[in-house]
Amino acid sequence: MITRGFTGRNSGGDHSDRIPPGQHLVEHFPVLTAGPTPRVETAEWKFTLKIGPRAVRVWSWSEFNALPKTKMTRDIHCVTTWSKLNTTWEGVTVDDILADAGVECPTDFVLAHCYDGYSSNVPLADLASGRAMVALNYDGQPLPRDHGGPARLLVPHLYFWKSAKWVNGLQFTERDEAGFWEARGYHIYGDPWREQRYTND
Amino acid sequence: MTEGNARSAVWQTCAIAKIIQQTPSIKSFFLRLSEPFAHIAGQHVDVRLTAPDGYVAMRSYSIASSPSASNVIELAIERLPDGEVSPFFHDIAAVDDEIELRGPLGGHFLWPERATAPILLIGAGSGAVPLMAMIRQRHALAQAVPTALLLSSQTQRDVLFADELLSLEMADPTFKLALAITRETPKRATDLARRIDSVMVAEVIAWLPRMPAHVFVCGSNPFVNIAADGALMAGLDAAVIKTERYGG
Repeated sequence: MITRGFTGRNSGGDHSDRIPPGQHLVEHFPVLTAGPTPRVETAEWKFTLKIGPRAVRVWSWSEFNALPKTKMTRDIHCVTTWSKLNTTWEGVTVDDILADAGVECPTDFVLAHCYDGYSSNVPLADLASGRAMVALNYDGQPLPRDHGGPARLLVPHLYFWKSAKWVNGLQFTERDEAGFWEARGYHIYGDPWREQRYTND
Repeated sequence: MTEGNARSAVWQTCAIAKIIQQTPSIKSFFLRLSEPFAHIAGQHVDVRLTAPDGYVAMRSYSIASSPSASNVIELAIERLPDGEVSPFFHDIAAVDDEIELRGPLGGHFLWPERATAPILLIGAGSGAVPLMAMIRQRHALAQAVPTALLLSSQTQRDVLFADELLSLEMADPTFKLALAITRETPKRATDLARRIDSVMVAEVIAWLPRMPAHVFVCGSNPFVNIAADGALMAGLDAAVIKTERYGG
């Protein structure tokens, strides 16, 4: 249905092939968080890899920072309809985390856990093969607290709620278990190119 | 705790029934639903505008009206000078125009089903919208749960739903209203003539008979951070503080 009198800004311009349907381009970096912004000191920071209930490896901040670092430049898409192009990140790929722990693929599904109790589920296939990382830097600087610092998950090809802020662990699960937003009306997978915003979209 | 939205929310066409200028920058749009729904106070709808060339713009807007049998919902939309959708609503949209929306959406920022322990609401500007739905719901159900609203606005004229809030406070001893006015001197002696800070949050918490069991904060990201940090400093647990921040 055409809306009377609406022409729109069509902010994508030359980049319109990089803007998924229903999204609009922003230059700034909005912050959306469901609760207070946690304060996480790197001295106390820990990252835990679990298979089901069992912890198989725990890294301190310095141990984690000693893992191989990878840079990524990616477009990101938030379910609230903003998209931001060419964001630059540096961190440790999920492949390198699993390799350091000597873990391959115990199950097909992963839940990311966070310091604020947030969680999000992502299939292993979407985390592995260089598709995702635990990001420690954004735009050449340590990740700001508002954006999930000291560390957040980065899964840039899915809606950005999957890129869980203040991440402190990955847990392999037998089944695809809904995380925080996935249990509160948002899509279980969240592909922006298929507009998988809400449950059953 | 899965709430709402078990089915996918379908798009529907609704007609603008009424438009009211609420403050210099905020208008209310009353939308007549073609497929009525019952929302939970705090939820939002997604609005979809389509240009003749097929370009689509979507935004989320909180519902200001309380859940009721009515098939009309109220959205209160602030005109953002650099916006794409809000200037359309303010400058072009007219009564009887048709708008596409879907909802109700959102399963976190929700008025509790059984509201018994005190509730603290903190908002700035149009962040009052989902909080107003909660206050209206509380009033409609004659709930006596002690509730305080701390609402920050630039001037007296920017206080969204001012008349309604003031008369609710007059009529209901269990509802407290604290207006923070940041750019002029407030009218009432009990109002606060400064920007939000942790002392202000503690003062408003002290108006409640007991520590709140639920805190809802809505506004810009910096405002929400100050409000939520103030609630934490006052001794509240992070788990009881729910926030909604303006998106991009």
